[in-house]
Amino acid sequence: MNAMSALPALSTLPPTRSAGLDLVRIRAEFPILRQKIHGKPLVYLDNAASVQKPKAVIDAIGECYSGYYANIHRGVHLLSERSTAAYEGAREKVRAFLNAASVQEIIFTRNTTESINLVASSFGGSVVKAGDEIVITGMEHHSNIVPWQLLCERTGAVLKVAPFTDAGELILEEYERLLDSGRVKLAAFVHLSNALGTINPVKLMIELAHARGVPVLVDGAQAVPHLAVDMQALDCDFYAFSSHKIYGPSGVGVLYGKQALLEAMPPYQGGGDMIRLVTFEKTEYADLPNKFEAGTPSIAEVIGLGAALDWLTAIGLDAVAAHEHELLEYTTTQLQEIPGLNIMGMARDKAALAAFTLQGVHPHDIGTILDREGVAIRAGHHCAQPVMQRYGVPATARASFAVYNTRDEVDALVKSLWKVKELFE
Amino acid sequence: MSDLRDLYQEVILDHNKRPRNFRILPQSTHKADGVNPLCGDRISVYLDVEDGVIKDIAFQGAGCAISSASASLMTEALKGKPVAEVEHLFEAFHNVVTTDCECPRGLGKLSVLAGVRDYPSRVKCATLAWHAVRAALERHTEPVATE
Ligand SMILES: Cc1ncc(COP(=O)(O)O)c(C=O)c1O
Repeated sequence: MNAMSALPALSTLPPTRSAGLDLVRIRAEFPILRQKIHGKPLVYLDNAASVQKPKAVIDAIGECYSGYYANIHRGVHLLSERSTAAYEGAREKVRAFLNAASVQEIIFTRNTTESINLVASSFGGSVVKAGDEIVITGMEHHSNIVPWQLLCERTGAVLKVAPFTDAGELILEEYERLLDSGRVKLAAFVHLSNALGTINPVKLMIELAHARGVPVLVDGAQAVPHLAVDMQALDCDFYAFSSHKIYGPSGVGVLYGKQALLEAMPPYQGGGDMIRLVTFEKTEYADLPNKFEAGTPSIAEVIGLGAALDWLTAIGLDAVAAHEHELLEYTTTQLQEIPGLNIMGMARDKAALAAFTLQGVHPHDIGTILDREGVAIRAGHHCAQPVMQRYGVPATARASFAVYNTRDEVDALVKSLWKVKELFE
Repeated sequence: MSDLRDLYQEVILDHNKRPRNFRILPQSTHKADGVNPLCGDRISVYLDVEDGVIKDIAFQGAGCAISSASASLMTEALKGKPVAEVEHLFEAFHNVVTTDCECPRGLGKLSVLAGVRDYPSRVKCATLAWHAVRAALERHTEPVATE
């Protein structure tokens, strides 16, 4: 707000400034946002599915391929050395971003899904036995449900689900009660729900689990682009996220794991890069993090993720969160003025995401009509079918925001929703 | 909005609001569910087939306007038709919603769904009910005789 004093000629803040961010400048960094869709300016509100990329990221990938690309870790030539340095440099950027204690705790995977599967397979496979329990919540993405179901099928363990309220808040007493059974081997839960926007009290949830000796995996796929996270402060055992949701390229995920746990775990996949010595009798595995990175990784994309974290850090997650919070408040009040519109998920601690239904109109139809107005939203079950079942709806429409979204775009969303009503009434 | 009207024609909006043959057929000889994995929509179709003719047909379930209207229109189109004609009609309908072909005569009201061809992501919605009918008929080509 102190930007006001620098702009004495203006009586109100221009809509393109918010929470001290220069949105005109930020938007200019996203080439894709300049286009029209069906003749209308693109209003991209499907950021929870995947977010668009700033030029800094696109350029970092281009520079890698046109300047110094080679395979990493094994080459003695200069390009391989440079690629290795850039790849390992990105690992350090991830470590710093998460405030992890060591780069050995940062494993590159393909996406959040693979990070969770790695833990389910390697940690779960070696620790979980018949009769043990895994605790999750009712608001998980399928990628934090199915790997545990598969593990339970393999081992005879049981999946326990902590419920949430109508407002979309986890019922902590129920979560605690599930932890109390004495048979729980892992708690795995979402930091920020992609279907509801709920931000879970993860610090407290981790403490409650640790108090009973239960290790914790946090699915941070939606959280990291919106909230600052600190592994040492949170003290979680595993944390998973995807590059493509945090302004980086697709094809890269991160698994943070505490060093002692990762060291005790067996490898996930076998192959090149994860070994120290191979004979046909026995293989010695490489040290962390390479033990969990079999085969040639997405080199340029990992470097791109590093550029994305630099870019986001330069803007500052606190400013991002403040701007997005304003957008959420504005969106919520605007949407609530539309008769028959029902927002699903009204947690007190909530991120800039609105999932909703509109009486008499299926979300799929909303999505198609909004698309013709240039407004990209998601319609469907958002890979969280149990959440849909919880509310008794087949699907919802979801508008989800990123740092580059503006109040004008919220207005475009609301205006096109009125058109939906007009068409269907 | 004019192009949206090509997709959401009055007939479609009407069948979406007041779907015809929207009920369970207790005495059905054939039944199948159709699921659209894209959105989780699910419909059930019921057929009462006698001597190779669809004597009655109905559907139930929740879906978008396109899938509901398409199911409703389909039940109207298939009622009284010989089973042997279903495949033929489906093929003609499929062409109409996926290609720029001239609408063949004989499709009747079904051709109001031609607008779907400009919305490739919605073709599955328009064909969901048809796939379900086909599955129902394939699974029990011989009507269950003893019931
Ligand atoms: C909460 C949550 N967890 C996990 C995932 C899976 O991410 P990915 O598809 O990148 O593996 C998503 C993606 O939508 C998500 O929103």
